[in-house]
Amino acid sequence: MDSITKIKTENLELFYGEVQALKNINLDIKEKEVTALIGPSGCGKSTFLKTINRMNDLIVGCKINGKVIFDDIDIYGQDIDIITLRKKIGMVFQKPNPFKMSIYDNIAYGPRIHGVKKKSSLDEIVEKSLRKAFIWDEVKDRLKTNALSLSGGQQQRLCIARALAVDPEVVLMDEPTSALDPISTLKIEDLISELKKNYTIIIVTHNMQQGARISDRTAFFLSGEVIEYDLTDTIFTNPKNPKTEEYITGRFG
Amino acid sequence: MKKKLDKLAELLFITSAIICVLALLLIMIFIFYKGAPSILETGVFKFLFGVEWQPRAEVFGILPMITASVLVTIGAILIGAPVGVLTATFIVYLAPKRIGNILKTATDVLASIPSVIYGFFGLMIIIPFIDRFLAGGAGGNSILAAIIILSIMILPTVISISESSMREVDISYRDASLALGATKISTIFKVMIPSAFSGIMAAVILGVGRALGEAMAVILVSGNAPFMPDSILAPVRTMSANIALEMGYASGAHQEALFGTGVVLFVFIFIINFIFYIVKHKGGVKN
Amino acid sequence: MSTKVKDTILSLLVYLSSFLTICSLVAILGYILWNGLGALNFNFFMELAPSIITTLLVIFVSILISVPIGICAAIYLHEYAKNKRVVELINFAIDSLAGIPSILYGLFGLVFFVITMKLNWSILAGSLTLGIMILPTIIRVTQESLKMVPDSFREGSFALGASKVTTLLKIIIPAAIRGIITAVILSIGRIVGETAAVFLTVGTVDKVPDGVMSSGRTLSVHFYLLVKEAIGPDAFNQAFGTATLLIIIVLMIVLFTQFLFRGRND
Ligand SMILES: Nc1ncnc2c1ncn2[C@@H]1O[C@H](COP(=O)(O)OP(=O)(O)OP(=O)(O)O)[C@@H](O)[C@H]1O
Ligand SMILES: [Mg+2]
Repeated sequence: MDSITKIKTENLELFYGEVQALKNINLDIKEKEVTALIGPSGCGKSTFLKTINRMNDLIVGCKINGKVIFDDIDIYGQDIDIITLRKKIGMVFQKPNPFKMSIYDNIAYGPRIHGVKKKSSLDEIVEKSLRKAFIWDEVKDRLKTNALSLSGGQQQRLCIARALAVDPEVVLMDEPTSALDPISTLKIEDLISELKKNYTIIIVTHNMQQGARISDRTAFFLSGEVIEYDLTDTIFTNPKNPKTEEYITGRFG
Repeated sequence: MKKKLDKLAELLFITSAIICVLALLLIMIFIFYKGAPSILETGVFKFLFGVEWQPRAEVFGILPMITASVLVTIGAILIGAPVGVLTATFIVYLAPKRIGNILKTATDVLASIPSVIYGFFGLMIIIPFIDRFLAGGAGGNSILAAIIILSIMILPTVISISESSMREVDISYRDASLALGATKISTIFKVMIPSAFSGIMAAVILGVGRALGEAMAVILVSGNAPFMPDSILAPVRTMSANIALEMGYASGAHQEALFGTGVVLFVFIFIINFIFYIVKHKGGVKN
Repeated sequence: MSTKVKDTILSLLVYLSSFLTICSLVAILGYILWNGLGALNFNFFMELAPSIITTLLVIFVSILISVPIGICAAIYLHEYAKNKRVVELINFAIDSLAGIPSILYGLFGLVFFVITMKLNWSILAGSLTLGIMILPTIIRVTQESLKMVPDSFREGSFALGASKVTTLLKIIIPAAIRGIITAVILSIGRIVGETAAVFLTVGTVDKVPDGVMSSGRTLSVHFYLLVKEAIGPDAFNQAFGTATLLIIIVLMIVLFTQFLFRGRND
């Protein structure tokens, strides 16, 4: 494969106080691909995801060593503007969390904080983002209603649209479908496959089939380490490490 | 036997709960029963909009008191509500844990200081200050003095209820906003506080009730003149103060007119309670 | 305006407000204690004895009246009530009672307990009035502490065949006792600081009461009268002393309730 590397971690380590949650992670995340992170609960998938947009900065006592290189720049280096970084790297959470405001305002929130004021530009961004998230037709007639009145699956697509509205290059998703019903889950999976044409996507999933269905590459995490990282097909059909095989087959069987 | 005891106990419990309802009814009935005749005798319009209060001549108009109550309440809210909400914001989102705890204790202490002591402080410190620097020696007993004291007195109510409603906001809102590249402060003011809006409204409404009802602290600082105020430095008498000042010695028609004042105050308070009840239940706020 | 400027202004406002809150408290406490601590001596307490005794009596009788009713009402609301309408009505009544200002409690106590029930200005009339006034606090705080008792306690007891009353007395109330004590202490604080409702019902007579039917003057009322009618430095000295005493009492109450809560959180 000769795709371009979008994000590269070098000897990444993370400590929560005394506890080491990530150990020596070296990953190459490729541009415009879907990378899935799998592994048992507590192995550090969410933690890893959050190092990429520096959400761990919020946690008191969290220490990070090593590098996360995004477009040739170390995001933990000096002179990094976190706001620009987070604008470029969007995030979607496990539980849909639309703000307690209208559908329109949810989407316009990001552009507004980044300085877009003109009504016509906002209208345009809102429509474009909702369309990209495959939810425009469902909500176009009620943009002013409260976002919390949407169903869970719609809320999650709204959150994806909200993330897309600030024009990110990468979208991080932490178990985005684990709180949703199967039909909503399928819709989101379709959406992800569509989005990878334009975005680099990293997704944490507990659902093995989901990982196999939608991702190009898969990283298997175990107690803070990456045990194996390869093309998804390889990982699922011909894993090199016995632990990976154990986990995958255990999950299937 | 056991069954019977259970039934008996349940009866005891429900009776106790019903006592609350009965107490409220009793309070309403007796205040209205003693106060309504006076209002009707004077004439509703004349009582509410009369500007003269002369008990000895049996002239009872309480517009000056209503005006005073409304003005000091509005003033106290204009200062106390923003200061209280912003203090709660600090406690919940910005303060290191220890400092937040200190502020919470401070709030509890503010809430428990007797109102007469607030009045005394106003009398000794705020009134001389106003007299000297703002009124040019014309006396410091004024609307302004009452506003300052009341805005401090409503702080604990506003702070503690805003604080608890801010804490109920889903913390993942914060993460979502930060992940979009918002700063901490915009996240707080554009997402977190608006999400706690109904709880904050409830806090402010309770503050209104507290300011409107306060008597003793206000008596000590407001000058108690039953006239229409012409400036923020004018002495005034609120409805609560009117009752507390004269009830001790009033009798006959005078006493009834004081109960009439009580009726009007009660109606104000009841409207506020009702709004609070609606906001609280609509917004699902815990008190 | 750039985000940075806006953020700076908003944070300044937040810090300024918190600072104002702290300053108000420090100014009031500092002023009273600074001027009043010196006044606390044996003589002062002797002169204040009637008010102290009256205050203690009013507290005692109010609590005696209100706490059983409050706890029972809270138990009803939390452990029994099923009918939504009834609960709503009771909750509305409690919220309304909590919102009624003390001067209106005073008016009510005067016309109902003092005049209609012919209790005259007396500790009993005042305590009945205050008893109603503190009911909402007792009920709400007790309810909160009942909420903290895990359902497994109830189920465990029922599973052993215990009746509802036994479960309440042996399991639930003991588990909620900290909250109930907190409710009582908070109410004591409210009574100690109350003036408007008290002077219209207990009266202002400055003597040692000889029973619950006797009139009297609580500390707060005494303080109010001193300040309102103060002539000469002597009265102000007494006023500062009394204020200091009141402040010390409420400070102790706040610290004690915090201690109780801390104990629970551990
Ligand atoms: N804020 C924190 N403070 C301290 N330890 C933490 C914190 N967050 C996570 N951890 C610990 O770090 C380890 C990795 O957690 P993480 O949430 O990244 O796991 P995960 O792989 O996402 O698990 P799951 O599949 O359950 O979401 C766990 O042992 C967890 O207990
Ligand atoms: Mg996780």
